[in-house]
This record gives sequence, C-alpha cells and structure tokens, in this order.
Amino acid sequence: MFIKEYISDVYRAVSSLLKGMKTTGHYFIRPKEIITQQYPDNRAQMKLPERFRGEVVMSHDDNNEHACTGCTACELACPNATIKIITKFDTTPEGKKKKALDTFVYHLELCTMCNLCVEACPTSAIKMAQTFEHSVYDRNKLLKKLNQPGSKLRAGVE
Amino acid sequence: MFSLEHITNSIQQWLYSTFNPTMALILECTIVMLLAIGLFAVLGLVLVLMERKVAARMQIRLGPNRVGPRGMLQTAADTLKLMMKEGLTPNGADKFLFNLAPFIVMIAAMLILAPIAFAKGFQIWDINIGVLYVSAVSSVSVIGILMAGWASNNKYSLLGAMRSGAQIVSYELSAGLSIISIVVLAGSLQISDIIASQQTGWWLFRGHIPAVIAFVIFIIAVTAETNRAPFDLAEAESELTAGFHTEYSGMKFALFFLAEYINIFIVCAIGATLFLGGWMPLHIGHWEGFNHIMDYIPSSVWFLGKTFFLIFLIMWFRWTFPRLRVDQLLSLEWKYLLPISMFNLLLITLIAIMGWHF
Repeated sequence: MFIKEYISDVYRAVSSLLKGMKTTGHYFIRPKEIITQQYPDNRAQMKLPERFRGEVVMSHDDNNEHACTGCTACELACPNATIKIITKFDTTPEGKKKKALDTFVYHLELCTMCNLCVEACPTSAIKMAQTFEHSVYDRNKLLKKLNQPGSKLRAGVE
Repeated sequence: MFSLEHITNSIQQWLYSTFNPTMALILECTIVMLLAIGLFAVLGLVLVLMERKVAARMQIRLGPNRVGPRGMLQTAADTLKLMMKEGLTPNGADKFLFNLAPFIVMIAAMLILAPIAFAKGFQIWDINIGVLYVSAVSSVSVIGILMAGWASNNKYSLLGAMRSGAQIVSYELSAGLSIISIVVLAGSLQISDIIASQQTGWWLFRGHIPAVIAFVIFIIAVTAETNRAPFDLAEAESELTAGFHTEYSGMKFALFFLAEYINIFIVCAIGATLFLGGWMPLHIGHWEGFNHIMDYIPSSVWFLGKTFFLIFLIMWFRWTFPRLRVDQLLSLEWKYLLPISMFNLLLITLIAIMGWHF
C-alpha cells in the first residue's frame, strides 16, 4: 500500500510538472503570441484592451449636446473628490426654472480611474476614454472642464 | 574535414621545435589559460543573454531588444556597467574572506573545466579519474559560498549560505550516484574512455529505462547543485533579498553571477559527456550510411549542441516550475531521489554485469 502511494506520488508530480513544461514550451515555439507592445514605436497602431480606462470624458453629439442633467450622482459616487458639478438654473419656455449643468469640473490629477462615476451616471453622459498620455509640466493643466463651451442638455433627457 | 585536433597538434609541434621544453610548456599553459578565460567571458555573455531571451519567450514577452541588433549587446552593456560600479566592502565584514570568496567560487568553476572534452582530441587534461575529479572539485564551490555568507556579516547572507551548503551537500549524493551508474556501464572513470564507449550509441539510449531515470535524476540534482530555480533557496529573493551575495556589488557580484552561469555550462557539459556521448556524433547501430553522414558534422558542433540543449532544458525548468520550500527540498532529495537512484544503480549494475545493454 505504502509503495503504491509512493509511486503514484512520483507519477502525479512528474505528470503535473510536464504539464507546466508543455505550456511554457507552447509559448516558446510560438513567437506570434507575444503580447508585449513596443509602446513609443507603435503609437499609431497600438491596441489597448477593451476595458482599459484612461480618463473620464463627456460625450457630445453633432449638435453640441450632452446628456448630463447635473444630478451630481457622479460627484457623490467619487471616492476622492475628483468631480465637482457646478449647476445653474435655466428657464424653460413655459417660464419654469430648471436645474441644469453649468460646469463639469474634473480633476484628472486626483482620479484613480475607478469607474464608479460612470456606473453611477443615470443618463450615461460620461464614459471612460482610452487616452493615457496625460503628463504635463503644470498640474493646473490637469484640471479639466468636461462639458464643451456652449453645449446644452439634449432634448428628452431627464 | 575540419578538426581542432590538427590545429592543437601543429601548435604543439611548432612550440616544441622553436623553444626548449620548459618554455614550450609554460607557453602552452598560458595559451590554455587565455582560452579558458576567453571561453568564460564569452559564455557569460551568451548564457545570460540566452537566459533572458528564453525567459521572455516563455512568458510571452520580447526580452532585451534595444542594445545592438535584436538586443545582442545587452549583456555586454550590463558587464560594462558592472565594471564601472564601485566594489563596496561593508564595514563590519571580514575584509579578507569577503574579497576572497568570489575568486574561490570562480576558481572552482575554472578547475572543473580541465577534464572536459570539447571536441575530438581537444581536452585540457585527460586524467584517468576524470569523473571523480569533477564530482570532487564541484563541491569546492560551496566553500566559496559559505565564505561569502559568513564574511558578509549579514543574517540574510549567512542563512542563504547555510541553505546552499545543505543543498549542495545533499544533492551531490544523487548526482554522484547517477554519474556512477554511467561509470558502471562504461567501465572507466576517464572522460575520453567514456566518450569512446559511446561509439555505437549514447548511454541514454543504450542503457534502457534505468539510464533514462539516471539522466532525469542527474538533471534534477545538478539544477539543485548550481542553485538555480526551482532550487534557488540560496538566493531566495523574496525572503533573503539575494542570499549569500546580498552585500556584493560591482565586479565581485559579477564574478558570482558569472560563476553561476559557468557552473551551468559545466554541469551540462558533464551531462552531455556522460549521457549524450560528448563530441561523439549520433550513431545508430549498423546504419553505415547514416553514421557516415553524421560524422561529417564537426565534433565541436556536436558537443556544443548537446550542451546547449541541456542548458535550454535547465532554463525551461527555471521558467516553469514553482520554487520549493527548504523542507520540501530536503525531502525530495532524501525521500525520493536518493532511494530511487540507489535502486536504479542496482538495476544498472545488473544490466552491466549481464551485458543486457545494446
């Protein structure tokens, strides 16, 4: 019984080691599977993973309209005060006052790309972009205004 | 046909006809010394580059590819950097032993080079106890490692050195037993005799399954003896920073690093000599035509090819297997490898006595 266990121990050890060597050998003889990207050289045709998160942007359509209602859900969701929403009051044609977005302030230098603001947004106004070359010489340049000048809320978005 | 034997013979004849015998001998020793040092330098550069490239390919990376064409000059640049660095000696260290240790490790590696046959008739010293000499001298390097660990006056270094000592001493047994099993088959300790005995086929194939088992045990044991992953407990970056060479920097560190790679080359050369026929081309039984074609490939190419195949195998181990714990390391040796290799030696002796091998 003991001998049987001993031999099966040796057999299982050897077969599992060979399995590992098969995997590494598989990669060794297939250089096409190399996933390294030679970044500054291949800047033009670089492939980033789908879920890579570079910075928060607000999408605007052709009429310079966005979907942000100024609800501040993203500001509340942000764990490190990266987002500051400044709201204003618009007057509707009926003469009612309505809360709207004035400035979407985004501190890129504080952002950890956690994606919580994007998940919190009820109208999908903001999303994560894949740009990542953010280095600048002055940190004030990292303070961004996400809504474009003159943009307004898209009709029908509540 | 190209042969190093003619070159060495003609150099020797020219030396003895031009100078008196003493002078000629001194000149010959100088040439051999220069060749050995040159071989060490080239091997260091080539093996480190090979290791990094193999590692990169196995981990789906590119590896060094900036310095020189396809990164070929990377190791040369690294060596230049190491030479420029300051060789620091810690204040509390035993200065003499601390500075001596890397040279002992290096000299031990150099001494094992003596009986290795690099090609047909191209061997520094063909002593009649070649294999015994190799297994004896290879354990001298543990003195250098222990010396480095002790003299550094650092707990990490001492622990690494003690581990290395335990490891080398225990794995020497199974390496020795698997070497002996080939000696039993070949009937001689002399390297040239062992190679000549593989004229009709390599011992790995001729000795049936016991020879294959001896080969596997030999490879495992020498991987442990050269302190390489999965047996790199002497270095153990995660827990001992760098083990016995924690305190070394600059060229003294480079000597340890170089000695590690030289040792890999040497143990693989011994493995190739014992199991794969050294410089002997691949001969299959009585296929005269096939054997004749194989003879056209120079013997040095055969030797280097086999050696680099084994080196690749050991690198493959390093980049695949997880590291062992100290207790696992010792139980692998004393509970598995040693009993198996003793039983295996018995089988091989039986095969040799009964003449069952091909």
